[in-house]
Amino acid sequence: MPRLKARFDRLSHLFLPLSVLVILLLINLIKGADYFKITMVNRVLYGNIPNILFGASELVILSIGMTLVTAAARGQDISIGESGAISSAIFVQYVLNAGEVTIWTILVGLLISCVAGIVIGAFNGTLVSFFNVQPMVATLILFLGGRSIAFIIDGKVSPILANPISNQIGTVIKGVPIQTPIILTAVFIVIVSVVLKVTNLRLYVEAVGINPNTARLNGINPKRVIFLTFLLMGICSAVAGFIAVNKVGRHDSVNLLKFIMMDAILAVALGGNSLSGGKFSITGSIIGAYTIEVLNRTLLRLEVNPEAIKAFKAVFIIILMVLASPVVRVYAKKVMDKAKAFVAGKAARQTGRLKKAVVSITDSSVKKEE
Amino acid sequence: MKRLSLLLVVMLVLSTVCGLAIAAPKTIKVGIVNLPPEESGYRQANVEDMNQVFSKANGYDAKQTNTADNSEQMAAAMGYIRDGVDYLLISAANASGWDDVLLAAKRAGVTVILFDRLIDTDPSNYQAALVSDMYYEGQLATDWVLANVQAPRNVILIRGQLGSAAEVGRSAPLLKAEAEGKLNIVWDGTGGDTWSLEEARRVVEAAIAAGKDFNVIYAQNDGMAQGACQALEAAGIRFGKNGKVKIIGFDFNRFALRNVQAGYWDADVQCNPRMATQIDQWIKSGNIPKGIVYQKEIILDTKTITDDHIAKYGINPDPGRGVITR
Repeated sequence: MPRLKARFDRLSHLFLPLSVLVILLLINLIKGADYFKITMVNRVLYGNIPNILFGASELVILSIGMTLVTAAARGQDISIGESGAISSAIFVQYVLNAGEVTIWTILVGLLISCVAGIVIGAFNGTLVSFFNVQPMVATLILFLGGRSIAFIIDGKVSPILANPISNQIGTVIKGVPIQTPIILTAVFIVIVSVVLKVTNLRLYVEAVGINPNTARLNGINPKRVIFLTFLLMGICSAVAGFIAVNKVGRHDSVNLLKFIMMDAILAVALGGNSLSGGKFSITGSIIGAYTIEVLNRTLLRLEVNPEAIKAFKAVFIIILMVLASPVVRVYAKKVMDKAKAFVAGKAARQTGRLKKAVVSITDSSVKKEE
Repeated sequence: MKRLSLLLVVMLVLSTVCGLAIAAPKTIKVGIVNLPPEESGYRQANVEDMNQVFSKANGYDAKQTNTADNSEQMAAAMGYIRDGVDYLLISAANASGWDDVLLAAKRAGVTVILFDRLIDTDPSNYQAALVSDMYYEGQLATDWVLANVQAPRNVILIRGQLGSAAEVGRSAPLLKAEAEGKLNIVWDGTGGDTWSLEEARRVVEAAIAAGKDFNVIYAQNDGMAQGACQALEAAGIRFGKNGKVKIIGFDFNRFALRNVQAGYWDADVQCNPRMATQIDQWIKSGNIPKGIVYQKEIILDTKTITDDHIAKYGINPDPGRGVITR
């Protein structure tokens, strides 16, 4: 029993993001009972759920990186979309100049774009960790200039990636019943969880995020840890850019992953993570990312007028964030405790006189508070 | 024969050089205020076209500022007026707040020609404006639907950035046709401020999930049309030349035109970024019209499209004949 309780406590931080997601799913179910229906179309799974998983894949990957950066650097990277646009531009240039496109060309291209992502991450990370620039200010530089860089790499046009392998990465591989971006995202999540399991990354990041000075006194170099999280963010951006560009089939430096940092930050927050660093939950952020995708689609499903759709999204998010805020959580806990005390009191009163004195104390205290 | 052709070439070169030497003293000074090429493929083609036509070889001394910041644009325009340019060509980032600049130009005797984007001001403040008529573009597409799709015509409308000139203009004829009972708009969505492919895909997926019956997709740019096709393909709905759903895009991206040529899409409407030649003709002939002039634009479908069209009118790179961008 205590073991189970400990496990439940560990998962209790997921209560919030999950409850938000469940509310949204319920709204969808009320609108139409066939919401979870999955059919086979051309031997591929098709339905609302595969669509959600497909649509959210880039956001999920980016929110993982954003969680790490937020936890360690106590700030957000707002250049993730631009970083993804640059690294995918390099990927596209490599593939287009490679001649015949094989699976190896694509893999080497992905590797090169990851290196580019790491370089971009190193740039941001250096500014943040070694020059103590606020993360949002440091990444503002690439947020403003990144798309111009991608545009120049593209040769001032939007190059087309019309080869069968890219198309299969963006849609489905023949014979596999699940869309490739969904598989890639799952693989990425598995890799991240393995890394977190076998390394001390989580411990270091949380230590630095909670208090960098204490971390330093305990032999952890906060600068290096923050720098490392930006490098990881760079890899996440590169992978997200890779998926995005293969989905689209051409590199549009203007619109690729545009404004996605807003949703990524929101996913981190919805996941129950503090935006001022410290303890973090990747699982929460992933749920948060899927929640945002579900929210976008819920508004469409409810046939909200296109003029009003943004306002509706804002209202939804405000309600969700208020529900998720610590103030409400503390209040909810208080109410729960009171209810528990009240119930316990009633039960005790019935069980005999010996405890009567105690009961009367708790009882009166409850009444006073009321 | 060889000698003759050599002679011809020499004469040609000499005459050009002489022509230049004579033309050199009376170069026309032009100040161009434009948006940055990285804004879109459309703008890139526009800027490139301006550079090509308003060149030294063509008898112009042109200065150019490309910025998306309205106040920077105005500062640049004021600078050009002080420099004493003969013509000021403006494509404004923001339609309002230009009155001071235009009055200064008037006082200095500079002829102002607006291109691509109009400015909210009194028409007497500028000479001419050469723009795309978004309403006309929408009309072309709507007429195409009425002529090529048999009733019942059930349309999914995917708008661009709400309130933008392109969205308003391209939506209006379709909405008018619906009001007249010629077609039904069964789903009305938007790709948002970025005319987003992903958002367009979600819109069509939502329409499919809601069980709507539709046979036309009216996407207000090529990227959103592509997103719509991705949703249809995943859902196993047949579209294009031999399919049930007809696809219409806008903007004449070359990948889109190749898709039309291959019968993967059905039609695409032009939005011409190449305005420099027309303005050049006006200036050279000294016969500049007064007021707003709309460009003549066209719609191409699977029957009318040719390689020439794609090479001449398309924007962005050409994926090549027969290549489909899914």
